[in-house]
Amino acid sequence: MSFTQSRQESGVVVFRVDGQLVVGNRLELKDLIQGALTAGDRKFLLDFSHTGYIDSSGLGALVTIARQVRERGGEMRLAGLNDDLRSLFELTKLDTLFSIADSAAQALAGF
Amino acid sequence: MTSPLRFCVRRSAAGAGTAVTIVTLSIPSDIACIEEAVALVIRHCLAGDESRERLRFRLQVALSEALANAIVRGNREDRTKQVNVRAELAPEQIRLHVTDEGAGFDPRRVPEPLGPDRILGGDGRGLFLIRRLVDAVEFNDQGNSICMILLRR
Repeated sequence: MSFTQSRQESGVVVFRVDGQLVVGNRLELKDLIQGALTAGDRKFLLDFSHTGYIDSSGLGALVTIARQVRERGGEMRLAGLNDDLRSLFELTKLDTLFSIADSAAQALAGF
Repeated sequence: MTSPLRFCVRRSAAGAGTAVTIVTLSIPSDIACIEEAVALVIRHCLAGDESRERLRFRLQVALSEALANAIVRGNREDRTKQVNVRAELAPEQIRLHVTDEGAGFDPRRVPEPLGPDRILGGDGRGLFLIRRLVDAVEFNDQGNSICMILLRR
């Protein structure tokens, strides 16, 4: 299982990504978040502290998902990226598009 | 389950008597094969050099992106077509060739994904990341074979 979904008391839905977010499983994450949007959820945190790799398709999926969340009046935050993965966001300038926290706890504070 | 990957390793003598290890791998056009293929090639690239975490990451990006491009854009996920990987492992550098059976493309016409009209796109970042993280990139004339050079430094 690549994605573990849980809900905070504050209403934030947390998706933990275990292993990789890549061309082979990105649609699964899209479907999960679209399902939560349809169910009425609007605050999402993606926790990458257990993620070894994100490929360009995974990055693209995050851009698409974030746009859908914003269009529905919601917000999506990212957390727990290791140095290598953070460098991918910086190279592609996606770090300017996302709210990225060092840890899930930091991202959840004030969310 | 038997792996669908076909794999071969041999040593050859390059100029000046320097031994070069050649790793070849043939992969069906199935994105489910990418992770195993990448791990297999990286293991041979780093043999005896496993502590090189940044090199490992650069190899992962180069191979993952080149294989995804070859399978999805080159071979259009046609399972009857193969993607071939050839890794030439020398003491100073690694040369990775990834070749598909597609018609090829003109890499000069791939736009950078950083402009305001591109950054919100859902794709088009693979070749850009390869170019940023390896030391040199070459294509054959047809545009269906990429060669990525990574210095071990």
